Amino acid sequence: MKSIEVKNLTKKFGDFISVNDISFDVYKGEIFGFLGANGAGKSTTIKMLCGILEPTSGDALVSGFSIDKDPENVKKNIGYMSQKFSLYGDLTVNENLNFFGGIYGLEGSILEKRKDWALNISGLENKGNILTSTLSVGFKQRLALGAAVMHEPKIVFLDEPTGGVDPVSRRKFWDLIHEISDKGMTVFVTTHYLDEAEFCNRIILINAGKLIASGSPAELKEEFIESTVLEIICDDTIAVTELLSDEDYSQNVSVFGNSIHLILKKKYSENSEELDIIKRSISEKTGKQDKVKINTILPSLEDVFLNLLERRE
Amino acid sequence: MFTRIISISVKEFRQIFRDKRSLLIIFLLPVSLLALFGYAISIDVENIKLGVFDKDNSETSRKYLSSLDASAYFTITDHIRNDNEVNELLNNGKIYAAIVIPDNFEKEIQSDKNVMIQYIVDGVDASTAGIVQNYLLAVTYQFNSKIVTEELSRKGIKSVTPLNAEMQFWYNKDLDSTLFFIPGLIAMILIIITVILTSISLVREKEFSTIEQIRISPVSSLQLILGKITPYLILSLFIAASILLMGGILFGVEVKGSYMDLFIGTVCYLLATLSMGVFISTIAESQQVAFQISQLISQLPTIIFSGFIFPIESMPYFIQLLSNITPSKYFIIILRNILIKGTELSVYIDQIYFLLIFSAIFIFISAIRIKREQMT
Repeated sequence: MKSIEVKNLTKKFGDFISVNDISFDVYKGEIFGFLGANGAGKSTTIKMLCGILEPTSGDALVSGFSIDKDPENVKKNIGYMSQKFSLYGDLTVNENLNFFGGIYGLEGSILEKRKDWALNISGLENKGNILTSTLSVGFKQRLALGAAVMHEPKIVFLDEPTGGVDPVSRRKFWDLIHEISDKGMTVFVTTHYLDEAEFCNRIILINAGKLIASGSPAELKEEFIESTVLEIICDDTIAVTELLSDEDYSQNVSVFGNSIHLILKKKYSENSEELDIIKRSISEKTGKQDKVKINTILPSLEDVFLNLLERRE
Repeated sequence: MFTRIISISVKEFRQIFRDKRSLLIIFLLPVSLLALFGYAISIDVENIKLGVFDKDNSETSRKYLSSLDASAYFTITDHIRNDNEVNELLNNGKIYAAIVIPDNFEKEIQSDKNVMIQYIVDGVDASTAGIVQNYLLAVTYQFNSKIVTEELSRKGIKSVTPLNAEMQFWYNKDLDSTLFFIPGLIAMILIIITVILTSISLVREKEFSTIEQIRISPVSSLQLILGKITPYLILSLFIAASILLMGGILFGVEVKGSYMDLFIGTVCYLLATLSMGVFISTIAESQQVAFQISQLISQLPTIIFSGFIFPIESMPYFIQLLSNITPSKYFIIILRNILIKGTELSVYIDQIYFLLIFSAIFIFISAIRIKREQMT
């Protein structure tokens, strides 16, 4: 069942085309990743899907309601949370939940029940009377999510929800996202972290307002990286990158922290002679510079996207 | 519908009571402003300091001077002995006016001659100088007629005063100028506080981007505005009551009209000022800017155009038209009617309508602006 149906959605600001004729579907209960660089049109798309920005052309059905013709009903059926965690620091946890429940029309015993649930999932049971500003970022983030889905929306939009959060809290937060999606809620999430995108059921990537890839993480890897990826661990990553980028066998070289991912032009089976020759050649070439370690790895989404974006340029 | 408005109002109340700055503005500012302005703004002339240079030093001159000293308007503070001293005292502002009584004052009066008494008045403050002039002339004429009457009766002629003006001052029978200024003062204090508080509270939500969450929720911009202004309306009514109470204690202000009318008029005025605050929040991006615009828009027109201090009737026609931009003008008329005259609602119903229309326009424009504002 389709939860969101986007059809030829376009938004222009004057001459600038922010979102350029994109179409995609999101299914019920999915965790749907929406990826793209800053300025790629992510925020504009989310604003339109939340019913607070009119599209220039095209339309989208969110939970069955047109964002163009019926934005009020769209708003009633969605939840929204951004990395700014729009909670009031000068209110207590309970007061914040009362407020967010209230603006979605919850009251009485239903409100109390939903509040308990939100406290529970954010790990703040018995901490309802704490001032929100004194909570750690990780707790604030989970509370913000709890507040955003308290009214049990069919779809929740998370706009870069894990910005500025430590890895442990990020992990816990994703556990929570899975919990919510298990309940049948559709989760639409934008993120900068491509390792997080691996947790999504399906992903789309947009660049300069255009949709350039869509599919599950596995599909994307298969579709866009047909060749072998080598991980080269070395000290001077920049020098090694320069050395390798002009070689016949290399298609794309990118730096990942203290290692390099080298995408080859062909797919080689592990232990094949051809791959050994390439590995040896790399060792020889970089031997003067560095002692390197070479492994064959499965491509990450980051490889996919860097490869995709570079191909476009 | 109402759940949403109430949720916003409850949240706002909590935030106000948790913020020491807001509390200070709400509970301390109004009363201190009232006391400050109430005592400072008074154009009643009392205890004007006089310096006396009595060259004659006779019984008649002393009588004349004591008639001045006896009035509440003047106090003789200095006895001057030479012309230089007159200059010195006036220059230093130790006296407001100097009286020079010539030699032979008594003798010349008794020989039916016309005697000149010289008054030297500090003319820097034109309006006070004018009032002093009138008081001095009045005292002098009174003294004149006393001399004439005495003279005539000594000659056996009964004197007649053909014309006598009997004055009755209605509404403010003691011509207490503080009583006249209090309505303007109440209007000014209320407009400053309400405009600043509402505009800042909404802009703060923009700064902390908490407004995004509200905008994306099913809360309409009208519900947001109503939810936001309700707590400030209730608080401002308490402020108004406390100002009135203080006005009664400090300056003897009383409510001559009905309390119900006063309530209606005040609510209408507060709606107008609160909607101005909401409107400012839609054009300001930071709390500081909101604060400055609020001050400018609320305070200045109230002082200049509202008839609070300067009568609107004596302004040029263009300025009179301009004076309609401030709701204070209308509330001051309403308040003067209720507090001083004790007239009925029908007398100032036009002003009530104006305030309601004013509020509706500002709320409408703000609602549209809030709806159009984009999420950042």
